[in-house]
Amino acid sequence: MKKIFSSFTADQDIEKLIGYLLRYGVITASLIVFIGGIIYLHQYQHSSIPAYHTFVGEQAGFTTISQIFSGVGTFNAKGIIQLGVLVLIATPILRIFFSLIGFILEKDRLYILITFVVLSVMMFSIFGGLKV
Amino acid sequence: MTIITFTLILLAGAYLAGLVGSLTGLGGGVVVIPLLTLVFHVDIRYAIGAALLASIANSSGAASAYIKEGITNIRLGMFLEIATTVGAVCGAIIAVYTPTNTIAILFGVILLFSAAMTLRKKNMAALTEGSKLSYKLKLNSSYPTKDGEVEYKLKNVGAGFSIMTLAGVLSGLLGIGSGALKVLAMDSAMHIPFKVSTTTSNFMIGVTAAASAVVYLQRGYMDPGIAFPVMLGVLGGAFTGSKLLTRMDPKVLKYIFCVAITFVAVEMIFNGYNHKF
Repeated sequence: MKKIFSSFTADQDIEKLIGYLLRYGVITASLIVFIGGIIYLHQYQHSSIPAYHTFVGEQAGFTTISQIFSGVGTFNAKGIIQLGVLVLIATPILRIFFSLIGFILEKDRLYILITFVVLSVMMFSIFGGLKV
Repeated sequence: MTIITFTLILLAGAYLAGLVGSLTGLGGGVVVIPLLTLVFHVDIRYAIGAALLASIANSSGAASAYIKEGITNIRLGMFLEIATTVGAVCGAIIAVYTPTNTIAILFGVILLFSAAMTLRKKNMAALTEGSKLSYKLKLNSSYPTKDGEVEYKLKNVGAGFSIMTLAGVLSGLLGIGSGALKVLAMDSAMHIPFKVSTTTSNFMIGVTAAASAVVYLQRGYMDPGIAFPVMLGVLGGAFTGSKLLTRMDPKVLKYIFCVAITFVAVEMIFNGYNHKF
């Protein structure tokens, strides 16, 4: 693949971009989680841990994008941590978008289609109402 | 236990999980689940949520380095991601109807299999003749070695694709990267050189894990109080591990960890069998 890429500098740039995206995505997510974590510890350090041996699920909150953002808006520690979680999960999904752009630049029809299928599966997973 | 003690112990544990995961090549997620369930008695669903996050963080962090070196076969990864993401979504759906004890037993079995896989002989040779499908899908490529660029071709694309679907289902069901199965598909079925199959597998784990993570996030599997120490700890451990790997050969460590992981796997199966989850 390197050999094919070396003849098109634009595509090599996309590959480099994907590398950067993955790295900075993880770094950003960790920083947000770290900030949220510090606030979380500051607020709750002396309380005893929640009953993690029983599963609460959705009722614990911060399971939707709007809940997470309203949590961040009110400076809620758990909301901020979940925002970091969201950024972490979004990183590989964004990577598929970048791959798609790369294959479009390369005019590789087969791989534009393949990447599009993967993206569709991902979108189905997000918006398909599979949470039940 | 207060939250601060829980967080600090979990942070240290997750650091070790990341370190072990990166030295053995099993990935941090595999160690996080037994750590949370067996040591902290956390519900396995929270453990699965945390392990998925650990897998994504590990995969994305390491993949960025391998892409730069040009070892990762991005086309192959993209093609096989159809199989793993469809599998992962199916796994996340099946998970709702699967009792937690069954999940624990299944996890133990996969753990045993993964431990065995790390000890097997690695495929170093590159094929010179590929199957028809491998040409059609433009999957054949080359990768840099210390003796220069090496061309490789691959075969059994259909078999590889099927094993990848299974890897996706298990990843969605158990919250692990199932790197061992991914490498099995690429190494043993498709005959890809070991270095390419490991890095490409790693590249794919992030997307595979994200496909089921979006479902689990909506179901409330990701608890902030657990996600925070696990994410940071595993990332730190994996980073230390990658630094250590360049300076030492972890062969002896690998054997020790494999024995340890076998014990953990047996305990998961035993507890699952006795309905302790």
